[in-house]
Amino acid sequence: MRNKSFIRTYSLMVIPGFVWLALFSIVPMFGIVMAFQNYNPGLGFFRSPWVGLDNFRYMFSLSDSWSIMYNTVFIATGKVILNLVFPLIFALLLNELRSNRMKRTVQTVTYMPYFLSWVILAGILIDILGYNGPINMIRASFGLPKTMIFGNARTFPWLLILSDVWKTFGFNAIIYLAALTGINPNLYEAAAIDGAGRWSRLLHITLPGIMITVMMLMTLGLGNVLNAGFDQVFNMYNKLVYSTGDIIDTWVYRTGLISLKFSLASTVGLLKSVVGFVLVALGYTLADRFAGYRIF
Amino acid sequence: MLKERSIGSRIFDGANITFLLLLTFTCVLPIWYTLCVSLSAKSAVAAGRVSLWPVEFTIVSYQQILGDRHFGNAFLTSVQRVLLGTAVSMVCIALCAYPLSKSRKEFPARNVLMWILIFCMLFNGGLIPWFMTMRNLRMMNNIWGLVLSNSLPMFNVILMMNFFRNLPKEMEEAAIVDGAGAFYIFWRIWLPVSIPVLATVTLFMAVYHWNEFFNGLVLTSKTENYPLQTYIQQLVVNIDTTTMTEDQFRRLSLMSNQTLNAAKLFVAMVPVLLLYPFLQKYFIHGITIGSVKE
Repeated sequence: MRNKSFIRTYSLMVIPGFVWLALFSIVPMFGIVMAFQNYNPGLGFFRSPWVGLDNFRYMFSLSDSWSIMYNTVFIATGKVILNLVFPLIFALLLNELRSNRMKRTVQTVTYMPYFLSWVILAGILIDILGYNGPINMIRASFGLPKTMIFGNARTFPWLLILSDVWKTFGFNAIIYLAALTGINPNLYEAAAIDGAGRWSRLLHITLPGIMITVMMLMTLGLGNVLNAGFDQVFNMYNKLVYSTGDIIDTWVYRTGLISLKFSLASTVGLLKSVVGFVLVALGYTLADRFAGYRIF
Repeated sequence: MLKERSIGSRIFDGANITFLLLLTFTCVLPIWYTLCVSLSAKSAVAAGRVSLWPVEFTIVSYQQILGDRHFGNAFLTSVQRVLLGTAVSMVCIALCAYPLSKSRKEFPARNVLMWILIFCMLFNGGLIPWFMTMRNLRMMNNIWGLVLSNSLPMFNVILMMNFFRNLPKEMEEAAIVDGAGAFYIFWRIWLPVSIPVLATVTLFMAVYHWNEFFNGLVLTSKTENYPLQTYIQQLVVNIDTTTMTEDQFRRLSLMSNQTLNAAKLFVAMVPVLLLYPFLQKYFIHGITIGSVKE
């Protein structure tokens, strides 16, 4: 009897969240029919003509599509790898600090940029790396020519990747640091008595101790290789760097909401959603298999 | 901590401390530089004379911001959005996370609901269908489009659910013996001991709503209704004259200057910087306990 009333309360509790989910997440999924129509806002979903796979054929015939896919995968993969490696190195170095107060201070300050938006950070970076900004002033004082850092298509993807690493490394290190505190301190004591130096303690205790966390993050990273980061690119790119900096998400935005080619933009968006879905699902499956990680 | 006295070890310590301090400075200096630019004279900034200290100190940029009606409007829109949006999503998240933290025996629908949630997290219809839906739901040009933009983020639901799950079940059993109902247990027993995760998720949601600019851009057609980040994005960061209306262009030419822009960027950062130390205390705890399950 008590059980029944509990279940009824639980069911009532999930209503607000699931109503939200139905309206804002599930209803839009039906909009993917636009990818198979020549969608005309005047006619709506029901009367717009069906065109089968024409939008997909057209999409693959555009040279744009191939370049935005390449850019997306390149930028996103760079971020996945460096966002895994750099925070790990940072966490290991932080772990070697002797003073706990310093450890805390460094950690607290370094995860601050994570909480600032790309709008703000792009504004700051454009200032600092701008033609008359401090970086170019330093270059000039060494006799080097001033450069338009934001207008250089060759280096732009690296600018995106490195600034993303800078924004998130402090935050990404949290999970490694949590794993590091989980290592039994007796192991270090015992190893020291046996004559193991710092380096061999790192190799034989610390690294094996957090290997499972590294594995987990590696496999979950797989789900992100189509996520090049819309907010960052949108706030940092400009026409000069479209050739290397335009990604699927920014292209869909411009094609759909600026040029109003709804069907074409939905088609590319749908393709990204489907491939992204497969990749994330694969990532979770592998994380479960190799690191015993489950989200619920 | 173990004592190391070898010279190599000491050299490493020195190098390590230096490197970490440099890294820490790279996180602070850009913010400090922005503050310095905003407090310097226009001419000094244009000549590139400002580096790490204000040159010809002046607060004229901040006075200009105080007198800027559009900036004020945008700021208030953002404050309103943060308050309403965070409240709505905290209600949705906490009320969903609690039943989902129960076992399937205690709440039979749990696994089905969980799969629906996971599916919605992994798959979406894309930008264009979402935009059409928002338009059909009358979410354009009003605060609700912004408030309701992300009320049930899965990451936060899972974080809170895992935290709830790690709490000792004996608390519930004892309360049931005393005759407490399900909601009473949630409200009076579970929530008070979940402060770290509640604080962490509140921080995430407030920061999300404060920082989010894209919904403000696509769901708002009038510049006057922009939230702060969208306003800054349009008038400071993304100065693309080809898509600009004449009105925007006129206003831009009136106020485009580096010191004023820096002051705007700084004002937009202040709420996040102020919020930060208060939640510090709970943050690491909330995030690390919630990200693992028993």
